[in-house]
Amino acid sequence: MKKISKITINEKWCKSCEICVQFCPKKVYDMGRFYPVIARPEDCIACKLCEKLCPDFAITVTSPDKAESNKK
Amino acid sequence: MDYLYYLRKEKMPHIWCDGCGHGIILKSILRVIDKLGWEKDDIAMVSGIGCSSRTPGYVDFNTLHTTHGRAIAFATGLKIVKPNLHVIVVSGDGDATAIGGNHFIHAARRNIDLTVIIYNNYIYGMTGGQASPTTPIGKKASTAPYGNPDAPFDISRLAQAAGAAYVARSTVYHVGKTDRYIEQAFLKKGFSVVEVMTPCPTSYGRRNKEGNGVEMMMFQKKNSVGVERAQKMSEEELQGKIITGVFVDKEQNNYLQRYDEVIDKAKQINQ
Repeated sequence: MKKISKITINEKWCKSCEICVQFCPKKVYDMGRFYPVIARPEDCIACKLCEKLCPDFAITVTSPDKAESNKK
Repeated sequence: MDYLYYLRKEKMPHIWCDGCGHGIILKSILRVIDKLGWEKDDIAMVSGIGCSSRTPGYVDFNTLHTTHGRAIAFATGLKIVKPNLHVIVVSGDGDATAIGGNHFIHAARRNIDLTVIIYNNYIYGMTGGQASPTTPIGKKASTAPYGNPDAPFDISRLAQAAGAAYVARSTVYHVGKTDRYIEQAFLKKGFSVVEVMTPCPTSYGRRNKEGNGVEMMMFQKKNSVGVERAQKMSEEELQGKIITGVFVDKEQNNYLQRYDEVIDKAKQINQ
């Protein structure tokens, strides 16, 4: 089974600028009514471009390898 | 990396508008600091007035929020008194080249060991969208409702002519480049300037019909040209383009070294 990276969105800090939705190379996000929705998490390749481009410090992406090591 | 370690979390979320690129530049700065492994207490961040100058309020370093345009003057004093501190100045285009224009060129001339990161959004965003020295000809601002008649400053070329040791320009869309340039600027012993183009959807984009933050970043993506490629292009082709890349990277004696030499000389004469 393909490992899925963990994406968290801090909705308290998000300002709905849609930068993550538009610039994700794999189109993982869809825009919800107020906040982005992680619509296709299985497509995420953990490039972390959304994390780098989020101006509001709202997105955190943990790559699958790290997510597993944290579990242990 | 954990950005929150470097932030004053009680001050978040920040005041920057949705679509503003200032947060992206702040992230770049934090990433580079994390990569270089600098201690929080060894860093001093100095700023003047403006949207960009809110940055030190959100980071957990030694921070100094000074009067309009005088950030570099305060930082110069700080660097001379505490040469071991990593002094970072964050400044906007208006703060650095209009109100603080003289401080900027004279600090570059002295080549004092500071890193100046200029957030260039073509406008005075915080005070209501007045035309700044970098607003392009014909673009609208609250003080130029029929189009700006003044020719804009090219901040990187200005710093280059004034004698800075390191000058580079990037955009918020090109995060990898921004990271690389900021890292090189931090490690440079001498006056280093990184100009980062950032969208201001509220004050600039709305008036000039350039869309929201995403559309303005798409514009940056499509209209950025590297320095090497720009040299082969004609002036007409370069109209409206953003030239990115490293403009200057040279080794030269910085102010602190020259000042120490003066002290040694004075001691020898007075013995």
